[in-house]
Amino acid sequence: MSDKSWPIWEVFIRSKNGLDHRHVGSLHAADEEMAMENARDVYTRRSEGVSIWVVESKHIIASNPEKNGEVFEPAQDKVYRHPTFYNLPDEIKHM
Amino acid sequence: MELSINQLEEQFQARIDAGENIEAKDWMPEKYRKTHIRQISQHAHSEIVGMLPEGNWISRAPSLRRKVALLAKVQDEAGHGLYLYSAAETLGITRDELFEQLNSGKAKYSSIFNYPTLSWADIGTVGWLVDGAAIINQVMLTRTSYGPYARAMVRICKEESFHQRQGYEIVLTLAQGTEQQKQMAQDALNRWWWPSLMMFGPKDEESTHTEQSMKWKIKRKSNDELRQQFVDQTVPQAEFLGLTIPDKDLKWNEERGHYDFGDINWDEFWNVVKGNGPCNKERLAARNKAWDEGAWVREAAVAHADKKEARKLKKAV
Repeated sequence: MSDKSWPIWEVFIRSKNGLDHRHVGSLHAADEEMAMENARDVYTRRSEGVSIWVVESKHIIASNPEKNGEVFEPAQDKVYRHPTFYNLPDEIKHM
Repeated sequence: MELSINQLEEQFQARIDAGENIEAKDWMPEKYRKTHIRQISQHAHSEIVGMLPEGNWISRAPSLRRKVALLAKVQDEAGHGLYLYSAAETLGITRDELFEQLNSGKAKYSSIFNYPTLSWADIGTVGWLVDGAAIINQVMLTRTSYGPYARAMVRICKEESFHQRQGYEIVLTLAQGTEQQKQMAQDALNRWWWPSLMMFGPKDEESTHTEQSMKWKIKRKSNDELRQQFVDQTVPQAEFLGLTIPDKDLKWNEERGHYDFGDINWDEFWNVVKGNGPCNKERLAARNKAWDEGAWVREAAVAHADKKEARKLKKAV
């Protein structure tokens, strides 16, 4: 590492098998091994999880909030993607 | 101390019995892994091939309302295929291998998609019956033992709830329409009813995978149980439409609390599975055509990425 500051790592924890890993926070570490150890010490002291993922923050490509309009608005007027758009009589069960 | 395979398998079964989910990095018997790759990829292929019979009607949908709904549904199937391919990849098979298995005809997909969609009524009927049957199977699979598969199923079921409703709405409209429209709906039901019942697979006593699948909680209900559930919930829906299910043996059995229904033509089932259904060749040809004709897009994307990377390196120097 050329400069002395440690990079940021994002930490994801699976609380129990069957559930997704969820983002729980971040930390600084010099390398992946230290990131994993630190993640364990910082985020699972009370048995919060059964599996940890760490990924260096720079590897996460995040959407730009300034572009939220063009990114997310197109889904807003597509009501036909939702079940409630379709008219079915109340007598019809299991749908 | 290193554990023997037998001990590992015992521990594995104990975890399953205790209702635990298995995750990608956990130890699992080779057969559990292989069974899952087969089942999840078949499921993924079914979503992808399933776009073909419906895509057939997008340009001919009778109204804009019907067209956007059908487009959204087919788009969902593509997405569902992708969730499932990703789940299969957690088990150590690559996307290219999966596509190769589909395109070469080595892999199976649901036989229902080897039947043609002859009229607009088929689109409604497919949504009502085929998606209805798929949902019964998929709701069960949200509780399957392999975590990535179960989670993909939760997402899929949530999104799929509109598919069946849009189908039923189409059939209902036709059933309340002119005599000719009602006839179209009846004709589609006649053709899709039996293939839909076949979607649940062979009878329990002839299903080679069921016993092991139940033990590993891949499946939690047998083919026949799921099929019965489908018949029981679909008969009243057909009655409401004023349509007749093409089965003279279909009747309510008070004692069992279920509908009795006639024998499935298993010769037809196996014939379609073996590749001789009305559209097997057409479906596979369409997939291969899409794959071959998309080759330049895949190559161009990689070339573009390489070029961008090279430019970045040049700047850094």
